[in-house]
Amino acid sequence: MNWLTDVDWAGVLIQGTLIGGLYALFAIGLSLAFGIMRLVNIAHGDFIVLCAYVAMIVVNASGMHPLVSIAVVVPLMFVLGYVLQRGLLNFTLGPSILPPLLVTFGLSVIIQNVLLEVFGADTRRLNAGAMETASITLPGDVTVGVFPLLIFVVALVSLGALQYLLYRTRLGRAFRATSDDADTAELMGIDNRHLYSLAMGIALAFTALAAVLFSVRTSFDPASGPINLIFAFEAVIIGGLGSLWGTLVGGIILGVSQSLGSSVVGPLVSLLIGNPVSAQWQILTGHIAFMIILIVKPDGLFPRIRD
Amino acid sequence: MNGTAARALQFSVERSTPVSRICAVIAALGLTALVSLPYWGETGTMRLIAEMAYFLALAQLWNLLAGYAGLVSVGQQVYVGTGGYFLFALCDWYGVHPLLAILIAGVAAAVISLPMALVVFRLRGAYFAVGTWVVAEIAQLFFAQLPQLGGGSGYSLTPEIVRAVAPERAAREMLMYWMALAIAVAVIAFVYILLRSRHGLALTAIRDSEVASESLGVDTYRTKLLIYVVTAFCTGLLGAFIFLQKLRISPEAAFSINDWTVVVIFMVVIGGIGTMEGPIIGLLIYFAMRELLADYGSWYLILLGIVAVAVMLGAREGVWGLIGKRFDLHPFPVRRRLIQRPGGDEKPG
Repeated sequence: MNWLTDVDWAGVLIQGTLIGGLYALFAIGLSLAFGIMRLVNIAHGDFIVLCAYVAMIVVNASGMHPLVSIAVVVPLMFVLGYVLQRGLLNFTLGPSILPPLLVTFGLSVIIQNVLLEVFGADTRRLNAGAMETASITLPGDVTVGVFPLLIFVVALVSLGALQYLLYRTRLGRAFRATSDDADTAELMGIDNRHLYSLAMGIALAFTALAAVLFSVRTSFDPASGPINLIFAFEAVIIGGLGSLWGTLVGGIILGVSQSLGSSVVGPLVSLLIGNPVSAQWQILTGHIAFMIILIVKPDGLFPRIRD
Repeated sequence: MNGTAARALQFSVERSTPVSRICAVIAALGLTALVSLPYWGETGTMRLIAEMAYFLALAQLWNLLAGYAGLVSVGQQVYVGTGGYFLFALCDWYGVHPLLAILIAGVAAAVISLPMALVVFRLRGAYFAVGTWVVAEIAQLFFAQLPQLGGGSGYSLTPEIVRAVAPERAAREMLMYWMALAIAVAVIAFVYILLRSRHGLALTAIRDSEVASESLGVDTYRTKLLIYVVTAFCTGLLGAFIFLQKLRISPEAAFSINDWTVVVIFMVVIGGIGTMEGPIIGLLIYFAMRELLADYGSWYLILLGIVAVAVMLGAREGVWGLIGKRFDLHPFPVRRRLIQRPGGDEKPG
């Protein structure tokens, strides 16, 4: 077991933590929609990919830097989210869970196949220039990529901003009231249909932010949606439903497990059974960590909503 | 209530209707025609009918799960895939006869489904759906790690195993066709008998209101667990059959969410969820659309998605809901209807 001492443990932990920031960003949109209107958006991952393609179009058409395209994509997706909720998803809400589930499931298939027809199956990636490969060296000889660090900082700022919105503003109070008891909130003069639409707008705005960062970091194709939905979902469940900062912890746990999967678990398994090391151990280890937490703590680490 | 109510009225519970009896006759005639198809039809038609048969069985099973037990799983491909892999492993490693292996694969899927249920049942509603999906993803990644089963690229059944089904190609085609029909009929009959049984009454109650059925003494957890395991058995069996027909298996094909779940969900939703007639209508609509739009790539999936969304928004009970309600038809009489016996002088109601 010599090779275990060769593993760069600090690097594994730091990289896992930083990717966890991206998963937390993915999870914000899912968590917000569930928290406020009890809507689980099965198409969430496909919206991430849709945003990435929109960013690609914007970047290609204008020649702007991918990070600058955030200023265009985020407002665009806010409007799309509002319209989507107002014109479609509001009509699915009710006592039965089937309509929202199956409608977003249908949307997922529609988005994937439309993207496939329009853009083809090629993988794409946005180019952010020199900052993609830039890194800084921390004390103790640990190098950290500037871009992953930026994603993590954006995640922290986003969660902070969302916390401010939910707990310090009038709109946030209305969101929380509707989340606690939609009927009573409506009696108090809150227009739920408008509020839900705003919530979906905000959810997709954060999704767009996450998507642009994702599209620089990882290559994507029309079929990349579902796996990103699953990452977001795992972060939400590990963190506990409705807990903002729990989502970040969930994302970090998922990220670190994946990082351990590719650097420790995968090589260990290949050593034991003599297979070549498979890249899939990264994702598989993340899933297994999720299942273990689901068995040990079914409500997640910091649950706030009882469904 | 008027004065006649004071007299002791006699009631009986009636289950079959004239329509259901006529439909049973038509179905029997249709089935006879289908069984004799190998003697007069073409191989292409046989393959299409066989495919329709196993999709109908998958649709009935998903409908039982989601439409009645409220378990909206998007991960049923896990049982199709494990069923298929068990068949390959049993035949290839232990020389089990393929037809026996199909049965064992079903049992294996049921055995696996029990611990899985204990985990995913911790998730409620829509989160249950995503949870089942994660399980299917894990299974796909797991089977890709096994070089003995072909790893990520998959492997084929050896010619000896294929010949064990039937030595000649034509005989094999016929046998597989009849098996597809037999499995579909068996699954439909099973779902029908289940829904007419005590468990069926509990399931219908759960479908209509989970809280109310629990307050009336239905053990919803156990009923759901039973349905989940039973569906896994049938789905595993179907998976083994499907991959015996395909002769080749790979993790991507075995655990494909599009092939084994998306399409099935669309059939059930469009046809009408929570009825036995719905999946049949949905199956016909799906295959009609697929054959008509065969030249337009994935546009048929986009169109199916749009139709399914429209059905969920506009007519939640699907196409069958519109027809069946309008004319009060019940080809599969799973309901119990209270009929006042002649002798009481009121109209039966």
